[in-house]
Amino acid sequence: MQIYLPIAEISLNAFLLLGLGGLIGFLSGLFGVGGGFLMTPALIFIGVPPPVAVGTEANQIVASSVSGVLAHWQRSNVDFKMGFVLLIGGLFGSTFGVWLFAVLRSVGQIDLVIKLSYVTFLGIIGALMFVESLRAMRRRRTAGPSRAKLHKHTWVHGLPFKMRFRRSKLYISALLPIGVGFLVGILAAIMGVGGGFIMVPAMIYLLGMPTSVVVGTSLFQIIFVTANVTFLQAYANQTVDVVLALLLLAGAVIGAQLGAKASVLLRGEQLRILLAIMVLAVCAKLGYDLTITPADIYSLGLSE
Amino acid sequence: MRRPGRHAKTVATGFWGFAALVGFGLAVAGPLRAAPLVADLSKHLVAITTGFAGTDVLLFGAIDEPGDVVVIIWGPPEEVVMHRKSRIAGIWINTAQMTFDRVPSFYSVASSRALDEVASDLVLSRLEMGVERLKLPLPHAKASPNVARNWRDALIRNKQVLGHYAQEIGQVIFLGESLFRTLVEFPANVPTGTYQIEVYLLRDGRVVSAQTTPLIVGKIGLEAEVYDFAHNYAAAYGLIAILVALVAGWLAHVAFRRH
Repeated sequence: MQIYLPIAEISLNAFLLLGLGGLIGFLSGLFGVGGGFLMTPALIFIGVPPPVAVGTEANQIVASSVSGVLAHWQRSNVDFKMGFVLLIGGLFGSTFGVWLFAVLRSVGQIDLVIKLSYVTFLGIIGALMFVESLRAMRRRRTAGPSRAKLHKHTWVHGLPFKMRFRRSKLYISALLPIGVGFLVGILAAIMGVGGGFIMVPAMIYLLGMPTSVVVGTSLFQIIFVTANVTFLQAYANQTVDVVLALLLLAGAVIGAQLGAKASVLLRGEQLRILLAIMVLAVCAKLGYDLTITPADIYSLGLSE
Repeated sequence: MRRPGRHAKTVATGFWGFAALVGFGLAVAGPLRAAPLVADLSKHLVAITTGFAGTDVLLFGAIDEPGDVVVIIWGPPEEVVMHRKSRIAGIWINTAQMTFDRVPSFYSVASSRALDEVASDLVLSRLEMGVERLKLPLPHAKASPNVARNWRDALIRNKQVLGHYAQEIGQVIFLGESLFRTLVEFPANVPTGTYQIEVYLLRDGRVVSAQTTPLIVGKIGLEAEVYDFAHNYAAAYGLIAILVALVAGWLAHVAFRRH
């Protein structure tokens, strides 16, 4: 069943879109990630213009983050205070990101920047996760947990504007979460992702938040950052396709529930190593595409 | 205006003027005759609706005496920016760009015979018959003819891959000596706007008669409303998109909490 998407201005099979949403929803439910970093490249691959893919994916992530955060809220796994501080940085970052997106688009480098961002961040995060989960698996085998120091003091703790985050059991400078939020906000706008796959490791390793509240808090602030991106992309570039977003969402909601059920069957570090492999595979594919000789060195730019 | 004749729409008032024009233009001696070329479309509006997956429009007509018929479909002109990549540090990066001011957004040709059998290259070039004869002005005079040629070929090649320029010449089929028809194909990603459809009648390599018919390609119904709303009320559209997402997310949560 073909359906014409009014903003993307192309006709795609509705079942293909539902299936794509379902598959990526399943993976996001399985691994507890947003799935934007898979969905945006997939949309571009099936022919959605890259700017529309980025704008629409932000809109879809708003919806999937809402349903995710409600589940975490019920288990009180959301640090709202931390979420708001991250959000301050996130709103500035994503606004700057949408502006940067428009500038890069006008000079014809947006595709390159999107792909390079993906290669860089997927590469770093994938490699870190892979090494970390391998270590965890080895530790499990050798037993005898080698407990690290609970609290390391670095230059980070010398920063001013300290704040207490009760839920996260932290007393750190507000500049740190604002900075993290700002950087992830830029990426959210340019890459069409929620940024959870960068935010979550940053919260654990950089801010030192307890793992239990990380996902809920990350989702909480992602709602507002992606809502900001949705609004700005719709306002400045008219690249948000609500019809496409709803179709993807319908599939993703069901997929995510099935994925969450399937995730019970696997252990944490097994899940993480699978996710790491998947992230590295997407990274390798995108990186490889940048280096091979293109079929045509000439390409059509924006026609406005 | 380079088109020798035009379709007279208001038959009652326009007939005498039209006949006179044809008579003058073609220097036909003797009494008034039927127009040498009449053509029309099966529809003058291509409506892009929810289920739109491309469409065909039938062009049909008649000629008074045997000859060749060539049909050109022109999409509304647009500005096109092209990029050229080169390899920098192992990565392919856009390093040059070229802007074409007025490029037909859509272009296809149908002919009753191979174009080079219909008319001389001079005539074909003047009427821009065939994608290789399109006049695409380059803005930069400094570009050497060779470089300009590369950009132009690349534009046509990319438009063909996109499906907006036909790869091959379509067939104008004659039913007997005077009736003809051809099928104009529009892909799912057809550009919207007002198209011009030019129909030429040629005899012995010269244009005997011509007619131009408009065709409108546009979004209709819900698609048009969503698109117009997104462009005319961008801020409201953005807010509604967020609201829809919030409600959808909440519904998803409620629906699966029960299980």
